[in-house]
Amino acid sequence: MYAFNYHRPKSLDEAAGLVAKAEDGKLVAGGMTLLPSMKLRLASPSDLVDLSSVDGLKGITVSGKTVTIGAMTRHVDVHTSADVQKAIPALAALAGGIGDPSVRNRGTMGGSVANSDPAADYPSAVLGLGATVETNKRKIAADDFFKGLFETALEPGEIIKAIHYPVPDAAAYEKFPQPASGYAMVGAFVARFGKDVRVAITGAKDHVFRVPEMEKALAANFKADAIAGIKLSEDDMLSDIHCSADYRAHLVSVIAKRAVAKAGG
Amino acid sequence: MDSTFGEKFGIGQPVRRKEDQRLLKGGGKYTDDVSIPGQAHLAFVRAAVAHARLKGIDGTAALKGPGVLGVFSGKDMEADGIGRVITDAALKDLSGKVMFRTKRLAMPVDKIRYAGEPIAVVVAETAAQARDAAELVQVDYEELPAVVTARQGLAKGAPAIHDEQPDNLCLHYENATSEAYDAAAKQAARIASIELVNNRVIPVPMEPKCCVADMDTKSGRLTFYAPTQGGRRVQGAVAEMLFGGDGDKVRHVSDNTGGGFGTRSKIYPEILATCYAAKKLGRAVKWSGDRSETMVSDLHGRDQVDRAELALDANGKILGYKVEMLANIGAWVTENGARLPIDGGGRIVGGLYDIPVLYFSCKAVMTNTVPTDTYRGAGRPEANFLIDRLVEKAAREMGIDIREMRKRNYITSFPYRTQMGLTIDSGNFAKCQDEACKTIGWDDFPARRKQSEARGRLRGIGMTSFIEGSGGRPEETMRLRFEKDGKLSVICGTFSHGQGHATVYSQLLHDKLGMPFDAVSLIQGDTDTAPEGAAGTFGSRSSQMGSMAIIGAANIIVEKGKKIAGHLLQAPPTEVKFEGGNFVARAGSISITEIAKAAHDPAKLPEGMEPGLDETFVYKRANGRDDMNYPNGCHICEVEVDPETGHIEILDFAAADDCGFVLNPLIVHGQVHGGIAQGIGQALTEYLVYDEETGQLLTGTFMDYGMPRAHHFPDMKAVFSPTMSTNNDLGVKGAGEAGACGAPTAFVHAVLDALRPLGVEHIEMPLTPNRVWQAIQAAKRKGAA
Ligand SMILES: Cc1cc2nc3c(=O)[nH]c(=O)nc-3n(C[C@H](O)[C@H](O)[C@H](O)COP(=O)(O)OP(=O)(O)OC[C@H]3O[C@@H](n4cnc5c(N)ncnc54)[C@H](O)[C@@H]3O)c2cc1C
Repeated sequence: MYAFNYHRPKSLDEAAGLVAKAEDGKLVAGGMTLLPSMKLRLASPSDLVDLSSVDGLKGITVSGKTVTIGAMTRHVDVHTSADVQKAIPALAALAGGIGDPSVRNRGTMGGSVANSDPAADYPSAVLGLGATVETNKRKIAADDFFKGLFETALEPGEIIKAIHYPVPDAAAYEKFPQPASGYAMVGAFVARFGKDVRVAITGAKDHVFRVPEMEKALAANFKADAIAGIKLSEDDMLSDIHCSADYRAHLVSVIAKRAVAKAGG
Repeated sequence: MDSTFGEKFGIGQPVRRKEDQRLLKGGGKYTDDVSIPGQAHLAFVRAAVAHARLKGIDGTAALKGPGVLGVFSGKDMEADGIGRVITDAALKDLSGKVMFRTKRLAMPVDKIRYAGEPIAVVVAETAAQARDAAELVQVDYEELPAVVTARQGLAKGAPAIHDEQPDNLCLHYENATSEAYDAAAKQAARIASIELVNNRVIPVPMEPKCCVADMDTKSGRLTFYAPTQGGRRVQGAVAEMLFGGDGDKVRHVSDNTGGGFGTRSKIYPEILATCYAAKKLGRAVKWSGDRSETMVSDLHGRDQVDRAELALDANGKILGYKVEMLANIGAWVTENGARLPIDGGGRIVGGLYDIPVLYFSCKAVMTNTVPTDTYRGAGRPEANFLIDRLVEKAAREMGIDIREMRKRNYITSFPYRTQMGLTIDSGNFAKCQDEACKTIGWDDFPARRKQSEARGRLRGIGMTSFIEGSGGRPEETMRLRFEKDGKLSVICGTFSHGQGHATVYSQLLHDKLGMPFDAVSLIQGDTDTAPEGAAGTFGSRSSQMGSMAIIGAANIIVEKGKKIAGHLLQAPPTEVKFEGGNFVARAGSISITEIAKAAHDPAKLPEGMEPGLDETFVYKRANGRDDMNYPNGCHICEVEVDPETGHIEILDFAAADDCGFVLNPLIVHGQVHGGIAQGIGQALTEYLVYDEETGQLLTGTFMDYGMPRAHHFPDMKAVFSPTMSTNNDLGVKGAGEAGACGAPTAFVHAVLDALRPLGVEHIEMPLTPNRVWQAIQAAKRKGAA
């Protein structure tokens, strides 16, 4: 780790100002992604702006058909929240499958979503549920949020405040973990809102994506079998030592099918 | 005598480990817990490429870094006359030519031979300053093509790792010419053959590599702390390299070591370099390696490409066995790099099967990878994997039941002289197999398979029988010293780093001397107190070597105790009996604790007797290599494969082990469980990948290198099926490595059994989901063609 300046602001404005002022400022939430890369000397921010004392970033509220989760809410809190378990059990279950207990006790939803790791779990829920990402500047629809490998619509210094999740009629998340890291080699989040269905896949391409063919087939018939024949092209699938592109493309079909079955289809 | 004597704390009892309270509460003292006031910190500059000529190292910029005290490279060490570690193994080929041996300076001066090789050190006031400055060291490489696999190493025109050995062949060992085997093959009704990879693994002890070297300039003595499996060996090496062989100038301390697995039994360049820096600067220097650094600098394990052939008669009885191993020993010929496949594994190359004719060839090949050396099992897992995979394959090809096939070929009469010239003293392999089958419920497997089918899963069952050769170096020394308060200290040659010696040795002394269990304590891990000739703990040797040395010392104590008791009870020593911890004569009885106290009081001793009860015993195996002990067992694994994803789940594991007399079943079960987990790691998760072009290790963090985790394992069923070793008075056989010998084979057999209906015949370890799925697809394509 290289030396850096550390700040712990109390408000969002102050935080945004500190990042803007710094030569190469970075927000830090749970630190579960940022700190390891700093320790490996792969990241070397000049300033770390710690969001842990900023007011109003933590907590879960349910109002009507929306669950709002503060950016600084930890994975463990989402996993164990009775409200989330009742409204969107698939989201609570997803949170419980991230990393290990130490990671879940520190890692936050905002950190995970902002990071847009191609193999992270949360982005699939954000996109699969059609959530809205609220920042200190604006509201961004999930469909416009994830842009690429570790790339989102967030502008430099823009801070996620909370994420608003619409409550689906049925949803499920299914994950096939990478054997070493436990991140998703392929993860599928499937949600049904009335007749509309959203399918979001993580782990397979450079960022989370939807599968319109599957969504259409499932809108017509919300059954696992309805998508059994849908195979994605392996052309833009990730390929690495753990999973070749053809295997990933295959896994997408299998894991999506299982997610549908889990969601009652 | 107390009527419960021996029952609760004696040998054979499942006594809980007395060391656990301290270790589990964080009371262990590991190397990184050591800090010397005023210490400086060291960081390594490591080779960024796998193969290059080293044109120059420029530390000018680094030296200007804040707090930097020194930058040293191999050139400095050479200029200061630092010695080189010379391969001590001296195996020969059939013509009598001795193997190629390397002379390794802690940091190279001429060439880089693997990515991650240490090439310079930076010492600074703080660890961060040292790391920062290490990045400023300029290294001038003239890159050479990298050689990664053994096959690449032997290819015509391959670049030489060591200029002195242009063909990269350290040794081509053969036990004999192949004539006898060829003749046996001519007589055979059937030939079965197999080709497979025994995959390289990273040892990954929980404790990363580290060293604190404390130079006392006044006395000229260096004390260094580093995790080991026995300090004398590393102390000796440091003394030889840095102090002209003056052992008195060097002290090694290692209170606790966080896992050894063989990889911690070696002297490492990082340790030598840290000690060198401390000596050079006249100051304490600390180096704390991190995980990734440890993964490219700890000696790796396994790495063979093997081919083997069995000549069989019509009933499946083995007539001859032919083995051709290619062992990738990495960039340097370390202590056991070449010795491991050839002797460590070679000693039991035929497994527990009766092999009348053997041709065993092993080429040990040098490559641009981290050197390989001892890793739990040390050659035996590889040898067992090969023969048992082949025996099973032959059975399937001949339509013989796999259990029956093994029984037809087991060694059944003892002592048995192997083709490698060893004498296996005891065993009952068929009984072990039956015990394992009973434990897992082999006969009911078809019903379980049906249940899995109903869930869309393929279920498989796999077995293996294996044998080990334990004991390691044929000599160990232990000292028993009674303190003034009557308590007993065991001053060890062995070194417990997870094995529970404090518990087992206390049980032994409870048994032999009637010592209260709590009145015995262990003194280990300091070369100032370790007896001369202390060897250490590796090769599953402590139960035999350590225990026998303790018994030897205890016997001397009893004899001396009889003289003291006789003196106090006014009886001739010949009439004093020692029973259950008491010296008994007609006039009365005195406990050993009282005798020990009396021994410190010259007034209570016979004329001319030295005060104290303090005895050392050197236990030597009479026939050295031959009277090792031969742990063996039969392991059975049951798995379910998800044919859609290639995911494997282990549902059951039964181990019937013959570890001879079991000193503490709780601890031995722990060893069996741990060994199995490690074996499954190699076979299921530990996918180590080198880029075959650049020689870079692609799996250098836990994000990519998969460790086995608790969720991979069912409750394991471990049972004992002992036969006593006749090679030591206790009847014990080593227990530390058996699990790693059996688990990979049983597991792979189970998965292949599950996938047989799909036409899959072979998958290389580790059986990652990717590989399993690809194998299924390949079989489908083959079936369709
Ligand atoms: C061992 C291990 C296993 C893991 N396994 C998984 C897994 O299985 N699945 C999975 O999905 N993840 C996994 N993770 C990642 C984990 O979920 C991280 O916690 C998460 O990705 C980042 O969250 P964080 O709060 O720690 O963010 P940090 O590390 O603090 O920050 C990550 C990035 O997000 C930015 N950031 C943080 N908060 C905000 C905000 N409010 N607004 C804008 N930018 C922000 C930071 O500047 C930084 O660039 C694992 C991590 C570890 C260490």
